[in-house]
Amino acid sequence: MIWSGVLIYWANDVYEIRIGNLVLFNFFPEWFYKLFNLPYRLSEGMAYHFVFMWLFFINGALYVIYTLVSGEWKYLIPQKNSLAESLQVIRHNLGLIKTLPPQTKYNGAQRIAYTMIVIMGLGSILTGLAIYKPVQLQWLTNLCGGYEAARAEHFFLTIGYVLFFFVHLFQVIRAGWNNFRAMVTGYEIESSKEEPK
Amino acid sequence: MKKTEIPESDLPKYSRRTWIAMIQLVLYSGLGYAGWRWLRKQPPDGGILGGIPEPLRKGLEANENLFTRYYDQHRLVKEYPQSKAARDVRVNGNIGQDASFATEPSWSLTVQKTNSEILDIKLAEIQRLPKTEVIFNFKCIEGWSQISWWGGVRLSDFLKAFSLEKESTFKYIGMSTPDTEYTVGIDMLSALHPQTILAYEMNRQPLVLEHGAPLRLIIPVKYGYKSLKQIGTIYFDNEKPADYWAVRGYDYYAGL
Repeated sequence: MIWSGVLIYWANDVYEIRIGNLVLFNFFPEWFYKLFNLPYRLSEGMAYHFVFMWLFFINGALYVIYTLVSGEWKYLIPQKNSLAESLQVIRHNLGLIKTLPPQTKYNGAQRIAYTMIVIMGLGSILTGLAIYKPVQLQWLTNLCGGYEAARAEHFFLTIGYVLFFFVHLFQVIRAGWNNFRAMVTGYEIESSKEEPK
Repeated sequence: MKKTEIPESDLPKYSRRTWIAMIQLVLYSGLGYAGWRWLRKQPPDGGILGGIPEPLRKGLEANENLFTRYYDQHRLVKEYPQSKAARDVRVNGNIGQDASFATEPSWSLTVQKTNSEILDIKLAEIQRLPKTEVIFNFKCIEGWSQISWWGGVRLSDFLKAFSLEKESTFKYIGMSTPDTEYTVGIDMLSALHPQTILAYEMNRQPLVLEHGAPLRLIIPVKYGYKSLKQIGTIYFDNEKPADYWAVRGYDYYAGL
């Protein structure tokens, strides 16, 4: 979805980050488009985007339904102490403190991240529909603050996924093989015996 | 998190489960990749819908069916006050536009009736009909939009005025430039939308060549590439009429 989305975005690539007149970063520099062979593929991008949106939507809906039905949501939604806990996790990751706060399946930072990503997904669906059918779903477009605002929101949510992806990837690599295996199988086996030292 | 004690004798069972899960991971990734390769290799439809693999086109057509069902003739495109209309209106293409057809007498509108009769209509006959103005946010498929102000005759009024009621029962209306280079096909429901007009004015001034002089389509319920400039011919069909951008991979429906 991100790939086809960038093929579409290329045709009118207006967003940038700036302070006053100082442009810090423009989405996207020429080398970026060249590197991934993105220019002049608007029609192709739209075709993929508006077909694959169904697969991603169904996949997301099944995930949410599963977490609700299985009770897994209890491990995923943030709790009162999640924010404080996630600050501790960040400090731990930066090497500032040695110990991680006690956690159940996911720590506070994960709870916040995994819940945010579901809300962002819903946001992408709504802002996407608002730019896809701004006449038939005009109420939704208005709710997003108008057509152009909805386009910007749709874009920056996507930047959010990319940031999430890199942090996620980095953390999975950091956590190591045992954790990755647990991600795939759904369980983790620990030895109850003292390991000989 | 739930923790269960498992006896050592069960460890091989878990080892097997782990292997199965890992093999599944590789298998599903492989299947996904193979499906992707298959899709990329599918040829486009050979007819008037081209440019993209056939399965994707089928997908766009499924979307078209779904949103045609949801489409409502009474949902109007938001209109703006005159003060919001752009003075400097963006020009985004000149395909099929010819200075020699921008004025009469070389230009006149050809309407092909379904009984093979042909109407030859002068601009003055169109301007005599009741005028409708629309000031709306014109949306280009490229992603930009601009508020612009158009004046002309409602297409549905035009069809009535020239006794084209029978033609209006066809599924599609087709239009092309005088040189037939640029073409659009539009579903009849969208064509009969109350804000769909045959425009001869922009910002209360007669159209100039770059904006489709002397007569162009303005159809706010579609992306801009359906708003054909410099209309030469109008015709009616139950099959999808040829469409310049659809054959180049764009969505045929393009409904907003």
